[in-house]
Amino acid sequence: MFRFTHEAVDGAALRSELLDHHCGGYASFEGWVRNHNEGHAVTRLEYEAFEPLGIKEGTRILNEAIARFGVTRALCVHRVGDLQLGDVAVWVGVSSPHRDEAFKACRFIIDEVKHRVPIWKKEHYANGDTGWVNCERCAADAHAHDLDATDHAGHDHAGHDHHSHGHQGD
Amino acid sequence: MSAPLRGLVLSGGRSSRMRQDKAALAIAGVSQLQRAVSLLTAQGLQVAVSVRADQTADPLRAGYAQIIDAGDVQGPAAGLLAAHSTDPQAAWLVLACDLPHLDALTLTTLIAARDAARAATAFRSSSDALPEPLCAIYEPAGLAALRDFVAGGRSCPRKFLIQSDTLLLAQPNPEALANVNTPEELQAARAVLDTTAALTLRVQYFALLRDQAGRSDEQVTTHAGTAAQLYSELAARHGFTLGTESLKVAINTEFADWAQPLAAGDTVVFIPPVAGG
Repeated sequence: MFRFTHEAVDGAALRSELLDHHCGGYASFEGWVRNHNEGHAVTRLEYEAFEPLGIKEGTRILNEAIARFGVTRALCVHRVGDLQLGDVAVWVGVSSPHRDEAFKACRFIIDEVKHRVPIWKKEHYANGDTGWVNCERCAADAHAHDLDATDHAGHDHAGHDHHSHGHQGD
Repeated sequence: MSAPLRGLVLSGGRSSRMRQDKAALAIAGVSQLQRAVSLLTAQGLQVAVSVRADQTADPLRAGYAQIIDAGDVQGPAAGLLAAHSTDPQAAWLVLACDLPHLDALTLTTLIAARDAARAATAFRSSSDALPEPLCAIYEPAGLAALRDFVAGGRSCPRKFLIQSDTLLLAQPNPEALANVNTPEELQAARAVLDTTAALTLRVQYFALLRDQAGRSDEQVTTHAGTAAQLYSELAARHGFTLGTESLKVAINTEFADWAQPLAAGDTVVFIPPVAGG
């Protein structure tokens, strides 16, 4: 189940959707809004999504994770709208009989969501500028920055992969 | 006395370069198959449509008298030989169904000039002067010879006409036999022929494209044949800075190929580089 929310993400409530007596392990990941990106001071973010296609593609990713890792349940919620520093932007949770599959599936889901689901992020900077991540500044800045190698490992997507930057501490 | 003349429209082609059934393509609201049948009917001919065995129930084709291709012959010769088997006494005026510029004058000229004592009557191509095989009249003896030609391992009707006793005519309209094989050629034909009924689509914009377009959606009336052509038209109008190499496209809320032909009423979304998480 993949969905979007315009409200604050409640991790405890989401976790309860994954409870299952068949499962001995649960792993989750939260992506938070942080106060800097690529040397720029960030004050807040806007996310928007093409929700009908985003739900389809996000659901495909969760089904792939279940088929690939044999986990029992998987859930991802992405927030859209205006977010402040410290807000949860994305939440992923997986429950499974054993922990190893839960960790792997959780990692797979967040990586695929970042690359495939039609969601866009606009950064608002301390100096008053704004920018759509991966669409504007990054095209010029990408080469000057130390990229997060885990962002592109194992991926072969459209030509913007090398511009991908997380706001989480991932 | 010359053999009775019947009409045959070939609709069994694979349309592989167009990536959709050419017989069904609408220009000015009329499918190419319907248009070809109407042109022949207007000449007073009894018309049949040549189909593959797996097309007989297709709604586009089901309403016409059909002649099913022989399964063991490739290409347009299959339809011609099947027509000859169905009525060996008839001469057949054969038309491809991808000739959107074909006009009544061209057919009237062909029929008036027909020489039933020859194997066939055809036009010279306006580009290379070779025979045009898919707007031509094949006499019964010519089709019997074509059957032998195919049995000998050859199948190209143009080569058959070149080596046969074919009456070759100048085209009254040099553009009439220009065919459409690709989405780009379709777009060009629509731009010329379809001045009243261009496609109307809905385009939704997100993120950077919404900012640059200054709107989140719009109705667009266009002659673009594909999503790629539509984007290029809109990029020029709105000053989009992203190229198609960094975008994906969705049609009716599913990812689509840039070369997918557009249909009236489609909702198109261009997807800038994503940045979830």
